[in-house]
Amino acid sequence: MLGRRRKNSFNMYKRKQWMGLVYIMPWLIGFLVFQLSPLISSLWYSFTDYSALGEAEFIGLENYRNLFTIDPNFRKSLSVTLKYVFMTVPAKLIFALFIAMLLSMKLRAVNFFRTVYYIPSILGASVAIATLWRFLFMRDGLINDILEAFGLNSTIDWIGDPRFALATISLLAVWQFGSSMVLFLAGIKQIPQDLYEAACIDGASKVKQFFIITIPMLTPIVFFNLIMQMITAFQDFTAPFLITSGGPANETYLYGMLLYDNAFRFYKMGYACALSWVLFVIIIAFTLLLFRTSAKWVFYSEED
Amino acid sequence: MNKIGKAKKIANVALRYIILILVGILMVYPLIWLFFSSFKPNEEIFGNIRLLPVNAVWNSYVEGWKGTGQFTFATFMINSFKMVVPTVALTILSSVVVAYGFARFRFPGHKILFALMISTLMLPNAVVVIPRYMLYNKLGWLDSYMPFYMPALFACYPFFIFMFIQFFRGLPKDLDEAACIDGCNTFEILVKIILPLSKPSIISATIFQFVWTWNDFFNSLIYISSVSKYPLALGLRMSLDTADAAMWNEIFAMAIVSVMPCVILFFLAQKYFVEGIATSGIKG
Repeated sequence: MLGRRRKNSFNMYKRKQWMGLVYIMPWLIGFLVFQLSPLISSLWYSFTDYSALGEAEFIGLENYRNLFTIDPNFRKSLSVTLKYVFMTVPAKLIFALFIAMLLSMKLRAVNFFRTVYYIPSILGASVAIATLWRFLFMRDGLINDILEAFGLNSTIDWIGDPRFALATISLLAVWQFGSSMVLFLAGIKQIPQDLYEAACIDGASKVKQFFIITIPMLTPIVFFNLIMQMITAFQDFTAPFLITSGGPANETYLYGMLLYDNAFRFYKMGYACALSWVLFVIIIAFTLLLFRTSAKWVFYSEED
Repeated sequence: MNKIGKAKKIANVALRYIILILVGILMVYPLIWLFFSSFKPNEEIFGNIRLLPVNAVWNSYVEGWKGTGQFTFATFMINSFKMVVPTVALTILSSVVVAYGFARFRFPGHKILFALMISTLMLPNAVVVIPRYMLYNKLGWLDSYMPFYMPALFACYPFFIFMFIQFFRGLPKDLDEAACIDGCNTFEILVKIILPLSKPSIISATIFQFVWTWNDFFNSLIYISSVSKYPLALGLRMSLDTADAAMWNEIFAMAIVSVMPCVILFFLAQKYFVEGIATSGIKG
């Protein structure tokens, strides 16, 4: 009797495997309706002149031709966005790793600091903080006042000056390094302590230990962070929209704004879809590049 | 030798504390400044680094709350809750159910569907947002909160599904089997056995989704057009645009008010919040 029951229960999920399909049904419907079909129809619309006003008419590659040959905003926006991504993502990760290293030591107040450092990541994306940023970096804002207090007489208009505007926006994103930090922190905790002990016996300095143990062991997390942060950064919209409106001289006209303007201000939906697919292809290209090179620099320990 | 080593260690710890504190101040100073500046008259906001107001203005919260006349911030606040709370509840509900399906059953096509689900983690919102807008337009969902509710109901947040799958996989299957012997069907196992054990991950998912939806600006901007339905993000931006130079403290006050629910939630459950990303974390 007992044996039979045991066998039954052991097979409990096996006998009802198809039930799994019932449970994932909401996702399957959502995937088809809200993800796959929009993805395909946006590709289709990118070959049309669809606007919110009229019918969609097939115009072949014209949108793509226009975007590469005529639209000056596209080229500007793409170069600004690439600059932004290359500025923001590495800075964010390096900063996150630096703080995670500091927090990884057994200090009393670690939890407190972890909380404090995470706060900007909670609020950073909000309109409230974008507003605050505008005030901090104005010509007579707090940043210049602080510089002045240190004897640096700065009259830089951080938001209005084409040389600094993009960096100011980027800094807001870097400020929200909390989630990368927490991931690094979790990763650091999982590095086996005996690796460090062995290195210590071999006479490796702390700095050397960092480069030969910590960094290699963290590369899977670096890799993951790189990909997710890159995808996010390529689409950033709120900060430039609210703080600089894309200016000055389109220096902060990120791709997200270009998309928004074409789709929801000019209602050039077909053209905007073409823009979104170009962005998609760029993101895929970068992602593949990272995956391809990952074999060379991402270290997976053998137990995994 | 030992003494020197000890001194070195103390110096090391002290150095870390100093850096942590300095960076910490740098990190939160803007927020503290925002708070105190909400009590300052305009001329004190600009041109000095003093944190505390000299001639404090006490009515900025009351005046700011009145909004732009026709609608007060009470409307925006209520709207935000109307938009966010059902979205969060539906997200958790659908993600838990779907995650259970993926975590415990090996149905035909499991591998490929799971891979698809994971790959949508990397699907940029920018690529699907325009057709989605058109779809919602056809369905008559524009200028309502349906564009927030429906994707939540249909588990369009792979981040949370993944998070729950990871968590469920860590729960021993013996419990499921014991419940099965007691005559529970799979749904009862999910509700009676798995859910009560998943409280930490449910709490952390709740906070994540609450904060993200609460702060979301882009989607509110494109989907919500009547001021009477504006959530806080749009309401705050509107008062920012219409404000004349005389009332920055009111804008600051409302900025503080608008982030308050997230701050409160975070502090109530910050332990789960940080653990949530540590175990499954993805977004930033």
